[in-house]
Amino acid sequence: MTTASIAGRATAVAARATDLSKIYGQGETQVVALDRVSVDFRQAEFTAIMGPSGSGKSTLMHCVAGLDTFSSGSVRIGETELGSLKDKQLTKLRRDKIGFIFQAFNLLPTLTALENITLPMDIAGRKPDKQWLDSVIAMVGLADRLGHRPSQLSGGQQQRVAVARALASRPDIIFGDEPTGNLDSRSGAEVLGFLRNSVRELGQTVVMVTHDPVAAAYADRVVFLADGRIVDEVYGPTAESVLDRMKQFDAKGRTS
Amino acid sequence: MFRTALRNVFAHKARLLMTVLAVMLGVAFVSGTLVFTNTISEAYQKSSAKGFDQVDVAVEPETQEDKGDTVGKTAELTQSLLDESARVPGAASAIGVVNGFTAIADKDGKLIGGGFQSQGGNYWGTKDARYPLVSGQVPSGAGEVLIDSKTAKRAGYEVGDTVRLSVDGPVLDPKITGIFTTDDGNVAAGGSLALFDTATAQRLFGKTGTYDQIDVRAKAGVSQAALKAELDKALPKDTVETTTGQELADSQAEMISSSMSGLKQGLLVFAGIALFVGTFIIANTFTMLVAQRTKELALLRAVGASRRQVTRSVLIEAFVVGVVAAVTGLAAGIGIGAGLRSLMGSLGATVPDGPLIITPGTVGAALAVGVLVTMLAAWLPGRRAAKIPPVAAMSSLYAAATTKSLVLRNTLGALFSGAGIAVVLAATTMSGSDGQAPMGLGAVLLIIGVFILTPLLSRPLIAAAAPVLRVFGVSGKLARQNSVRNPRRTAATASALMIGLTLITGMTVMAGSLQKSIDKMAASAIKADYVVSMANGNELSPDVEKKLGRIDDVTATSPLRNAPSRIDGETEYLTGVTGSTIGELTDLKIDSGAFKVGGTQVVVDDKTATSHGWKAGSGFTVSYEDGKKQKLTVTGVYEGNEMIQGIILDNATLSPHQSDPADMQVMVKTSDGTSGATKDQLEKALGSNPAIKVQDKKDLSDEIAQMFTLMLNMLYGLLAMAVLVAVLGVINTLAMSVFERSQEIGMLRAIGLDRRGIKRMVRLESLVICLFGGVLGIGLGVFFGWAAGELLGSSLATYELVLPWARMAVFLLLAATVGVLAALWPARRAGRLNMLAAIKSE
Repeated sequence: MTTASIAGRATAVAARATDLSKIYGQGETQVVALDRVSVDFRQAEFTAIMGPSGSGKSTLMHCVAGLDTFSSGSVRIGETELGSLKDKQLTKLRRDKIGFIFQAFNLLPTLTALENITLPMDIAGRKPDKQWLDSVIAMVGLADRLGHRPSQLSGGQQQRVAVARALASRPDIIFGDEPTGNLDSRSGAEVLGFLRNSVRELGQTVVMVTHDPVAAAYADRVVFLADGRIVDEVYGPTAESVLDRMKQFDAKGRTS
Repeated sequence: MFRTALRNVFAHKARLLMTVLAVMLGVAFVSGTLVFTNTISEAYQKSSAKGFDQVDVAVEPETQEDKGDTVGKTAELTQSLLDESARVPGAASAIGVVNGFTAIADKDGKLIGGGFQSQGGNYWGTKDARYPLVSGQVPSGAGEVLIDSKTAKRAGYEVGDTVRLSVDGPVLDPKITGIFTTDDGNVAAGGSLALFDTATAQRLFGKTGTYDQIDVRAKAGVSQAALKAELDKALPKDTVETTTGQELADSQAEMISSSMSGLKQGLLVFAGIALFVGTFIIANTFTMLVAQRTKELALLRAVGASRRQVTRSVLIEAFVVGVVAAVTGLAAGIGIGAGLRSLMGSLGATVPDGPLIITPGTVGAALAVGVLVTMLAAWLPGRRAAKIPPVAAMSSLYAAATTKSLVLRNTLGALFSGAGIAVVLAATTMSGSDGQAPMGLGAVLLIIGVFILTPLLSRPLIAAAAPVLRVFGVSGKLARQNSVRNPRRTAATASALMIGLTLITGMTVMAGSLQKSIDKMAASAIKADYVVSMANGNELSPDVEKKLGRIDDVTATSPLRNAPSRIDGETEYLTGVTGSTIGELTDLKIDSGAFKVGGTQVVVDDKTATSHGWKAGSGFTVSYEDGKKQKLTVTGVYEGNEMIQGIILDNATLSPHQSDPADMQVMVKTSDGTSGATKDQLEKALGSNPAIKVQDKKDLSDEIAQMFTLMLNMLYGLLAMAVLVAVLGVINTLAMSVFERSQEIGMLRAIGLDRRGIKRMVRLESLVICLFGGVLGIGLGVFFGWAAGELLGSSLATYELVLPWARMAVFLLLAATVGVLAALWPARRAGRLNMLAAIKSE
């Protein structure tokens, strides 16, 4: 059992969870989803969170992203402590500091691709940075699809719109919940490529929950969760190394 | 399967409540209408059904037709005819009936029953079987009167009290000598009845020595028909008409039901509309139920339920909902029926008393409507439910069948609307009653057409609201787009409001325009300060004018007297006035010639002049009632209106030819103009008579306005119903939309739209849908109001279209309010949606 170490890494932290616990129910029926988890997500780093079903990987992401409440501990996005925020402030924080990519593409069917991309800024009532917007659109290769509605786009294209939406408002951190879960492998690879490029070239911070070792291999670091605790982490992962690590869980799961 | 269906009904209470409410309102509307009309018509029937059990054969005077130069006269039923009737072998007895108007004042001097069926009659002999005495004794002479027990009780009169009465103007103060009961339905319905001895009644009602009717009773064993045959033989055919009691009762029943049918149809149209709209809501609700249960139903299919079983389970659910809703709706409807009557009563309408009538037909209709309509409305979604493939249970991405093209629908709608508009426009060019039927047909066609077209219309109309919605930022933009996402649903929702507002706006436009034209008429034609008339529209005794003329402040008076005459073989009514003063009292526009009335000089209105080919200076010969002829000269032609029209001549010329001169009204001009004090003075001079109305111009137009106000108030009451149905419909639609879009809402929350923004989005969508319905409804209403006005205008010279902008703004505001109110709950639900659960629920 190791706690993610930050020693030797001088880069600033984009999000940090300290002793984060999430407990459902009470007494007999109590379920501990997160058990005093401490983890840092550094700026300009691509982190994947992995773990078997029920390990708490999605819960961890939801708590850090301000989508869900937690029982104890603390979560910081930049300098902001989430535990003390009201719903309204949390909403504002998500709008201004965080980008999201979900498994189901989660675009609004009534809006065009471009309108979907600029939606967070529309909500905030801000004008998008034209130059930045163009470069994001160019990166995900949607320039000729901007007037289309989601129903006229393929699954891969839809998810690229979602990636562009997350990037367009230049959030401090982007969270992805199984962003490739509904895509075929080629489209999935494209989306992951964009995410990695955004980290490498644009200095974006990305945290992604996945159960796919191939997807995890795109990340700079993989954090493994089991039974609500962080059990390991791997830097510079490959699909094979991640798969090997995952197999240990399976073995452990069978023996225990 | 039945158990599954039942479980479903109870599994979702809010949903159940909404469905039941929707059906219930429809049923309540229908049954309320039926209860109301049945109750009213029953009461009317009773009110006119005078104890025919006392009459075996009624002898009534024959009225001759107008022929050649003679005005047809009504024969008189004399004492000798009565004696002859009593002498026929089959007759047991015969009594003479005298009727007339008799107003009774209560102890404060106010008219009892508001002029509604204030009747007087005669007490026959020493013991009249029609009117059993409760207390006191038979009256004798003008100083004694009997009153019915209901009126006595209402006003607190007892035997020995003095009561103020009026028959044709002058006030009487007789003593009550007795109180009687009667099965006279008019009394049961709230009217009053005063009885004098026969000679007094004949004198007071101006029928000295004659009767209005002779009621003959048959001897035991003699049939009504046999007695009638005997009487026909015995009595002169050209003066009397005999009718059996049975025939009288039958013809009366027929007359009543036909006079009630208009009101009944009007109300049923409303009920039909409510039902129509209700059907859409029910269908919508079940569509939502099925949508929410796609997975559940697919699972049923996957584990082996057949399509038919799935359909049946939806139908059973509909049946249960329908039965519950129909029963509660019936109860509510009975309440509405009772409430509507007391509402009408409190608004000043004269509604006859009587028990609340709930016929088996009403109950049957309510149940059938509730259950059948619900099942019918659920049938389509039920079939759709059965078509859900079993695989939908597994797949997270099963989407409902794509919406069919609207092309067919739009074509059909355009055809209906086009035909409707064409027919309505064609109808406006027709005159009066000819245009009514096509107008109604056109209106129905157009409403159906627009109803079909609403999905098409929703896009451009809602797009027009975009600039306003932009103020609300993203919420506004999303609301607009959401509202046109499912045009059919939006249309069905908006239609509920549309139809209600169409009717109400149309009526308001018409009533407002009519009101204006009547005001104009009253203002333009009359210079008199006051018009004096009888409360029930009867004629005034000439004494009234004499009394008014004696008042110091009164500068001019003129009665308006009506008399039939024959001119060129046609019946024309002559209007008799005081020639010397009429110029001061009226302000008629002269088309040609001069306004000179006196001697043989008369003026005629433009229509009469045209039909006879008269001009100023023409002469014609008139035959009066008494058969005398006279040559008259037209001095001028004036523009007639609804109050004053026809041939105007001097009373000095007319009255000698009348057997019983009486005034329709008396116009009065005073030196002080109109003021409360003057009015009091006039009323006092007439003995503070409860039966006489002294009205200034404003009173006159108010009186007519009251009629419209009453009608409008009733309609507004019904509108409240339509609005309620509409609110439910909007709630339904929004709840459905929020449910379907929960994933989107979750995503919007995640990427930073706060609760307020979400709520605002739902509210704005609701507002947009309701305003869409409101604008359509008001637009259609104005069109219909205009068209109906064109039709009316052809017979009403001063008619002018008045658009009630303030009212229309109120209606639009009402539509907006409906939108905001209906969105309260769905918006709250959307705001509270757990975003994580929403995002995951794929």
